[in-house]
Amino acid sequence: MRCLCIPFLEDGFMDKLSKARSELREIDALAAEDSPIHRIHPLCKLLATVLYIVVVVSFPKYDFSGLIVMLIYPVLLFQITGIPVRLCFHKLRFVLPLVLAVGIVNPFLDRSPLLFLGGIAISGGVVSMLVLMMKGVFSLMASFLLIATTSIDALCAALRKIHVPAIITTLLLLTYRYIGVMLEEVSVMTQGYSLRAPGQKGIHISAWGSFLGQLLLRSMDRAGELYNSMLLRGFKGNFFYADVPPCRLSGLVYTLLCAVFFVCAREMNLSALLGSLFVR
Amino acid sequence: MHMADALLAPAVAATMYAATAVTVGASVKTLKKDENPAKLPTMAVTSALVFAGQMINYTIPGTGSSGHLCGGMLLSALLGPQAGFLSMVVILAIQCLFFADGGLLALGANCWNMAFYGCFVGYYLLWRPIMHSNIFKGMGAKGAGRLKIILASILGCVLTLQLGAFSVVLETSISGVTELPFGAFVGIMQPIHLAIGLVEGLITSAVLLFVYESRPELLMDVDSASSGQGKCSVKTTLVILAAVVLVVGGGLSLLASANPDGLEWSMFGNADSGYSENMGLDEENYGISSAAADTAASIQEKTAFLPDYAFANSDSSAGTSVSGIVGSAIVAVAALLVCVCGGFFRKKKAAAKV
Repeated sequence: MRCLCIPFLEDGFMDKLSKARSELREIDALAAEDSPIHRIHPLCKLLATVLYIVVVVSFPKYDFSGLIVMLIYPVLLFQITGIPVRLCFHKLRFVLPLVLAVGIVNPFLDRSPLLFLGGIAISGGVVSMLVLMMKGVFSLMASFLLIATTSIDALCAALRKIHVPAIITTLLLLTYRYIGVMLEEVSVMTQGYSLRAPGQKGIHISAWGSFLGQLLLRSMDRAGELYNSMLLRGFKGNFFYADVPPCRLSGLVYTLLCAVFFVCAREMNLSALLGSLFVR
Repeated sequence: MHMADALLAPAVAATMYAATAVTVGASVKTLKKDENPAKLPTMAVTSALVFAGQMINYTIPGTGSSGHLCGGMLLSALLGPQAGFLSMVVILAIQCLFFADGGLLALGANCWNMAFYGCFVGYYLLWRPIMHSNIFKGMGAKGAGRLKIILASILGCVLTLQLGAFSVVLETSISGVTELPFGAFVGIMQPIHLAIGLVEGLITSAVLLFVYESRPELLMDVDSASSGQGKCSVKTTLVILAAVVLVVGGGLSLLASANPDGLEWSMFGNADSGYSENMGLDEENYGISSAAADTAASIQEKTAFLPDYAFANSDSSAGTSVSGIVGSAIVAVAALLVCVCGGFFRKKKAAAKV
């Protein structure tokens, strides 16, 4: 009995696939909810998000106090939409290691003292590493909030509005729909494989080609059937997005307000300004 | 190799977006000319498959670690460079949006580093020339086909990963986010990606070989009429190649990581010229002497709220940095307050619903 259960539970890849599936489902469910932010036109949200990320990454590398003001935007959005922050934070596992790998050397290489905090000198490297990490977390939160409040269909409709080629948006939608199916297939296959190969961490070299190859051949055939069924339903090379409402005044006001706040935060150091009210 | 937004300056990100957009435009134009609408579902299904396939762990014999599939080469061998590139762009977009693997702003750079090299450079420079060449003639048509696929996939993956890794270093250094000297950064990234490229090449070649054995007409530039029996079996070839690759790859990586200075010397000739300087733009010294910069500085001084606010010269601006810290603390407290209020109102709303 042991050889049937333990490897299945231990297997990292089985875990990874099911996790990816549940993450997709989670985001779909979030995007289907309702809040004032969900109701804003997708194009307005996309513009505000891109502008936010551009402004965040454009902060100078030592400007900790200027950057922290940008925290207000994701915090407000999380509160208005009621999306739990922890859902966003477990996505940091991709972003933080790379950012950390690049930033971790800064404290060792840039040792010039930048400021003194109660007699303790803080080096430029420490500040620049912190700023780098904050930039990574902030931009992640912004793009997470975009996709958690906008369905992929609405986003593709917005992309069509700014003349992104129909091939790209259709491909994006189709691929997104098929990722669920493929993850399921691969998950079932890896589960079957791991039950037959107890104690093995991954796919053995003798099955390197045939494992994914089998699925590939089946999928290519399935693509043919898919195309036929699309033709039968009147597909002519383009999807129609009927349920996206026209851009309302609220969307424009939202984008404008965001833009004004971002530019103010970038141009004036709002925290220093705020602090100078209390400290002379 | 997915870059995060934080690693890129906006100007670098915009440049990479522009480069990617041009390539996407050219690819879409070529595909439209083909007028093969049935290709779209094939592209979608294949890219979804590659996306899922990249999550499978392949055990590397003799080691405890595992490798993954190289998406770019596989897609361009199956769909052609243009369709492969678009499929990779879509995969990267979904990874960025739904899994936070790579940033939204860095998407252009990621497409370039992984999709452009993998699909266009890998296909036009290696896959097509090798598949049309007459090497391995003595092995029989089928055997030659197999060896050509293995060679093209391994070389393709190694080359495209090296180019991609080098681009990551270049983009990060130009953005000026790391203090790591350019040479040392290259010295770390290239050998790591050499080993990864070799393993990814092997796995990709294994999948492509399987397709070649059962449905050769699915692969680009493969003569499906070749039906002669080969002299070497797929498994033997793969095992031998894997062993060679492991020995060579392992040796090379060890050598390279033990002595990264060698690479620095080769890249930067003399140490006196100060190669250890960060390649990023130094705010203090960059373009400060020009007349335009002086004018800009004087305008900025007049318009800025706190002109002497500068963290770098802390002795002259101790006051402002203190106010900066106090202000930051206030912002943090305000953010916390917003969270508390939000939670309070949500709870109230939920209670009212019940």
